[in-house]
Amino acid sequence: MSASHNHPAPAPLGGPLVTPVTKLLAALVAIAGVILLVRFIFGLGSVTNINDGYPWGLWVVYDVVIGSAFACGGYSVALLVYIFNKGEYHPMVRPALLASLFGYTLAGVGVIFDLGRYWNFWHIFWPGYAQPNSVMFEVALCISAYIIVMWLEFSPAFLDKFGKKDVKKKLNKVLFFIIALGTLLPSMHQSSLGSLLVVFGYQIHPLWQTMLLPLLYLMTALTIGFAIVIFEACLASSGFKRPLEMHLLGKLSKVMLWMLSAYLIVRFGDLAFRGALGNMFELDIEAFMFWVETALFVAPLVILAKPQARKHPAKLFIAACSLMLAGFILRINSYLVGYETGAGWHYFPSVSEIMVSIGMIALEVLSYIVLVRYLPILSGVNESTATATNK
Amino acid sequence: MSISRRDFLKGALAGGTLLATGAPAEARENKTMPDEAVGLLYDSTLCIGCKACVSACKEANNMPPEFSREDKLWDTPLDISGKTLNVIKVYKNGTCENKDAEKDGFAFMKVSCLHCVDPSCVSACPVSAMTKDPVTGIVGYNKDICIGCRYCVAACPFGVPRFQYDTPVPQISKCQLCRHRMGEGKYAACAEVCPTGATLYGKVKDLHAEAQRRVALKPGADAVFPRGNINTHDQSSHTAKAAKYLPKIYGEKEIGGTQMMKLAAVPFDKLGMPTLPDQSFASRSETMQHTIYGGMLAPLAFLGVLTYVAKRNVKNDDDADDEKK
Repeated sequence: MSASHNHPAPAPLGGPLVTPVTKLLAALVAIAGVILLVRFIFGLGSVTNINDGYPWGLWVVYDVVIGSAFACGGYSVALLVYIFNKGEYHPMVRPALLASLFGYTLAGVGVIFDLGRYWNFWHIFWPGYAQPNSVMFEVALCISAYIIVMWLEFSPAFLDKFGKKDVKKKLNKVLFFIIALGTLLPSMHQSSLGSLLVVFGYQIHPLWQTMLLPLLYLMTALTIGFAIVIFEACLASSGFKRPLEMHLLGKLSKVMLWMLSAYLIVRFGDLAFRGALGNMFELDIEAFMFWVETALFVAPLVILAKPQARKHPAKLFIAACSLMLAGFILRINSYLVGYETGAGWHYFPSVSEIMVSIGMIALEVLSYIVLVRYLPILSGVNESTATATNK
Repeated sequence: MSISRRDFLKGALAGGTLLATGAPAEARENKTMPDEAVGLLYDSTLCIGCKACVSACKEANNMPPEFSREDKLWDTPLDISGKTLNVIKVYKNGTCENKDAEKDGFAFMKVSCLHCVDPSCVSACPVSAMTKDPVTGIVGYNKDICIGCRYCVAACPFGVPRFQYDTPVPQISKCQLCRHRMGEGKYAACAEVCPTGATLYGKVKDLHAEAQRRVALKPGADAVFPRGNINTHDQSSHTAKAAKYLPKIYGEKEIGGTQMMKLAAVPFDKLGMPTLPDQSFASRSETMQHTIYGGMLAPLAFLGVLTYVAKRNVKNDDDADDEKK
């Protein structure tokens, strides 16, 4: 059963929109905008370092593959609340969903920047053009559907704001189906983001090329989802000077640790099964990066091993960061470090490429700040603590 | 009310198992060669490195020159690219005295699309811009459909499809075996201009038989090599001493076979050709996708379970809201 009636209803935060932080974010977005203008006038090579040996660079691997994984907070929490019926986490649904909404929407928009012939992008959905054997077809269809589903899932926040009670009531009648879709779709495409690499065959290093890629990607996406919720809760509470929901975060971190342990068992079981364990002891960049990845995955288990540590905000925050970084490195490793299509090719993102990715993150953070101040998203707090926000 | 955990677990387990095992896994086998498939036979030992094929390819496909020298006097591509579909590369070792010798020798290798029987690029392409002709087996590209995602560039095990990074209206470029000339009764320009028959065009069946004949030749013995089109004999043949062929036809089995086959006297990995398994990567990827998504059965079953569970839990949510009022 749900415990939502035990929580204060979500309420807009209010407060100023123009602050030094929002100005900085806006500037970063503007810089990315200028770079993108150059890209659309002169082509991808004018601002990126991608080449025929590494045709997928930061804009694919960060903006889409990692960006969408970092946007799995809404997915993980929805799964927990609505499927595993843990109503106590209900206050986390809206903020997590909002971050996911931006993460995914921008991942979708980011794809357009990277597509060479973006004006044809609709072909992917068009019968006759669509090619269902392609893993990318599945990813594209599923991510697009999920973006729509998430906007619907999130729409109660808007409807609350504008007092559209009757619409909200109608929506509530089908909300269960939207929520079911909202947990199915990410399960599908987050795993497929791993499957994308299977067709690359020998070009992916044995430490990462496996038929279990979809499972590895799905499990880490879920775990990252929990990490990102903890990360965002910590940031929101310090940024907006709100009390931290420690009892929830502590319990959430426990779920995260279980998932993480399961992942590590699958990961190393697969390496052993394929006889690829030896590859991690070779003296090369792939083995080194594998250790970095693994260390970052193991670190949260160590940091949060004691129950006492899970009540410690700083430790929770560090563990969450470590896990996010681990998921980041896993994806960088499998898509770039472990990818080799022949001798003589090199890739490292250009400054412009990095600035566009940073601009996208800035846009996400900026939109998040604006919307939580304007819409009922974060759960309301008692008057005594609320005064702190209105300095 | 409390959800029956057992009910939920049962459902979740059923859905999860379905999602994991899917419809009884029908492994997708390697695709098979069309009967009338056409292709090329490239014989490294006959190649003299004149690059007439590189020049003819540029002309036939109307592609711009590419410069690797300061003076920019003529087309000097070092690799295939967005502007070049075909190059001849050279292997060099030690003193480079002997042709087709691995040690202290040199050898040539043609780099262009191999027209796989079961191409990764076709499997990867999300929009059917990259297609395999059911009759000729030619792997063709249609820029008007392409979205420019470069999945084909990344997926090809031979690094063949290339992308144009220096234009706002880029295309993928790859050899399409001069299929645009076939209407005029012409065939691949590279084979048409090859003076020694090192690049030979024709039906894959016949090219394969020819390759087998050459591999069996006695090294040093005089042998006759057809030129141009092996099926129409449009050109006179060429007589030369048979080289010491490696007993291997590259492309016969590699990832399910390719319609361009290669012969050489220097090991293929030295000539830049990767060592590949017989199973195509496309079949692996598609087996995986079809296992998970075959008929959308597993996802739909999973959706059913999720909907059922979510309905119970969200309903509780509503009740809670109503209680409050």
